[in-house]
Amino acid sequence: MTRATLVRANLRRRLRRTILTVLGLGIALFLFVTLRTFLHTLQTVGDVGSESRLIVSNRLGIVFPLPLAYRARLAAQEGVHTVSYASWFGGIYQDPRNFFANYAVDEGYLSLYPEIVVSDEHRAAFMADRTGALVGIRLMERFGWTVGQTITLQGTIYPGEHRFTIRGVYQAGRRGFDESSLLFHHRYLDEIMRAQMGGEGFVGWYVLGVSDPDRAPQIAQAIDATYENSASPTRSQTEKAFNLAFVGMYGNIGFFLNAIGMAVVFAILMVSANTMAMSARERFGEIAVLKTLGFTDGAVLRLVVAESLVIAGLGLALGLGGALLLFNFAEFDLGGFVPGLAVTPGVALMAAAIALLIAAVSAAVPAWQSARLKVVDALRYVA
Amino acid sequence: MKIPIIYNIRSLLRRPATSLATALGVAFVVLTFIGMLALANGFRSAMVSTGRQDNVIVLRKGADAEISSGITRESAAVIRSMPGIARLPDGRPMVTADVYVVVAKPRVDGTETHMPVRGVGPEAFAVRDAVHIVAGRAFEPGRAEVIVGKGLVGRMANTQIGDKLRFGQQDFTVVGHFEADGSAFESEVWGDAETLMPVFRGPVYQTVALRLEDPTSFDAFKARVEGDPRLQVQVKRESDFYAEQSSFLGTLLRVIAYLVTGVMAVGAVFGAINTMDAMVAGRTREIALLQTLGFRRRSILASFLLEAVFLALAGGVLGCLLALPINGIQTSTTNWQSFGELAFAFRITPGILLQGLVFAAIMGFIGGLLPARRAAKMVVAVGLRRE
Repeated sequence: MTRATLVRANLRRRLRRTILTVLGLGIALFLFVTLRTFLHTLQTVGDVGSESRLIVSNRLGIVFPLPLAYRARLAAQEGVHTVSYASWFGGIYQDPRNFFANYAVDEGYLSLYPEIVVSDEHRAAFMADRTGALVGIRLMERFGWTVGQTITLQGTIYPGEHRFTIRGVYQAGRRGFDESSLLFHHRYLDEIMRAQMGGEGFVGWYVLGVSDPDRAPQIAQAIDATYENSASPTRSQTEKAFNLAFVGMYGNIGFFLNAIGMAVVFAILMVSANTMAMSARERFGEIAVLKTLGFTDGAVLRLVVAESLVIAGLGLALGLGGALLLFNFAEFDLGGFVPGLAVTPGVALMAAAIALLIAAVSAAVPAWQSARLKVVDALRYVA
Repeated sequence: MKIPIIYNIRSLLRRPATSLATALGVAFVVLTFIGMLALANGFRSAMVSTGRQDNVIVLRKGADAEISSGITRESAAVIRSMPGIARLPDGRPMVTADVYVVVAKPRVDGTETHMPVRGVGPEAFAVRDAVHIVAGRAFEPGRAEVIVGKGLVGRMANTQIGDKLRFGQQDFTVVGHFEADGSAFESEVWGDAETLMPVFRGPVYQTVALRLEDPTSFDAFKARVEGDPRLQVQVKRESDFYAEQSSFLGTLLRVIAYLVTGVMAVGAVFGAINTMDAMVAGRTREIALLQTLGFRRRSILASFLLEAVFLALAGGVLGCLLALPINGIQTSTTNWQSFGELAFAFRITPGILLQGLVFAAIMGFIGGLLPARRAAKMVVAVGLRRE
């Protein structure tokens, strides 16, 4: 009889227990990987941001506008090849719960964002329609919209009902880039502003294309110095830094997610070690027989460890495999809430390490007990 | 006849390590559950407690937050002259027209957030009477002075008394700290509306808040103000408004809490089944003996179920005890609806603790069901023959 046969027989003798332990481990590891992935994605949202784009916003905060008059000065800034601008619209589609990003952009915006992939036909149709809108594919799917459809957004910043005609659909040119926004023409927003506030000439933020990303910090500094003492001082930062600042606004929520992840790991350790120890206790008699037959302590240890490893390995395959399947292959992203969720090799490695640790801990108790076991006592032991 | 519960307790105590490990598994699930619900609840109650039932807030039509609202001086004057507003002893109406903005400022840990700044009228302290100074003094109208809510002190940079906060091109001196019963106001900086207005958005208020003379007259007041042709506004109860402002993040936190703990609970139930299975297997002869003594199968089923529930409840109590120190821990995040920083504390209520215990009992019940059935279905002869 080979050792593998013994291990297999041991795992099968209480099949329900083995299955439940594997499932429990799998669930816990899945949860752990999910929480870590979620946290990791939030922290690396900045990576989606480009370093060759500068975002210029009002230093008071993103809710304050900047004068359109800055445009010419920004375009003249050495090292800047394109100036574009955008404004948050904050429109609501039917119900406040249907939140999605919608903002107005000027003509140059799309040329600065190669990540926004639109067919030539759609692009031309969008450009030609004053009230046209360009909509991300995820948003189209979410509401079942079709190209050519007219939708109405309820204004929050600009009161009233505003109509847009969907002229194009865009897809992300790279993973993690948002696909659930609605973009429309800034000149349409200017019209609305003119009608409602008797004035236009303000934009939410500028996006600058920088020829040499290495020089971005100096350019940003030069721009901010220009407007230092004006009524609307600016803050210029790379898109990456801008995105990271947004993540920072969450505060220490990440810390709590981490703490929960640790609680989960601890709970699994508890339950698995317990189950493995129970199995060993029930087999006192059996181990005694093995020892009588001439199995050394080392050989018994190897048996116990092999059994733990098989259970932990199956649990890992289930938990990690499930997470990989969900995030990396099915690209599940909470309905666009956190785009680009993906299990990284680092997180996968961590899960593997935890599984190994659990196998070691749960094998330690029975291994130690069987090493101490006196054959005579064990044969007399009644479970 | 029922099997006395002491039998179950003694049985659990006979295998202390196994019982403890299972109880601890349940305890950690309950701990997580309570912790996450306390976070969601703390956030929600900070927002909800901000509004008074008998206060009214007026926003521009369509605005879904203070930040996106705007009320002109003329409109504010019209609202101020409306009948039905409570008055101070000296006859002034209890109305405050507020300037409200969020300003990008660093936290003490270096990350950045948006600090809510509210410019208020002289009657604001009467309208929001939860607000009171706990250190220093109130700002003086017309001077570049502000007071800082307790939730921001020590969390945001430059919030100590004597520090200077720079807004636009002007420095404002912090002259006092205030409390507001743990509400969202505690996460705000307050100053004089007329002094702050030119610094931010020019001659426009964001909202008007006022106290109703008679809280039951809300509907009539709302109809009168919203129907006035000079105004383009919406009228809400202050309490309803702030409850709405917490709905997105409040719901999100709650959903995460139920999802995460739900998944964890399935794992804990598997652990409980294993433990109870082993308990049953280890007591085969005992169970056969019980049957021989005349205990019904139903009693044996109930007994083992009870044992599982009892074990899980012990874990639940432990989880509750472990969770208690979380209560009151301060944290902060950005409330995306108001776009401003909100400091709040984990808040454990008796209701949440009870939910945790019920949750534990359910885990025990489900975990105990299969093993208890196995015990009850045992054939006496087979059981007694087992070594």
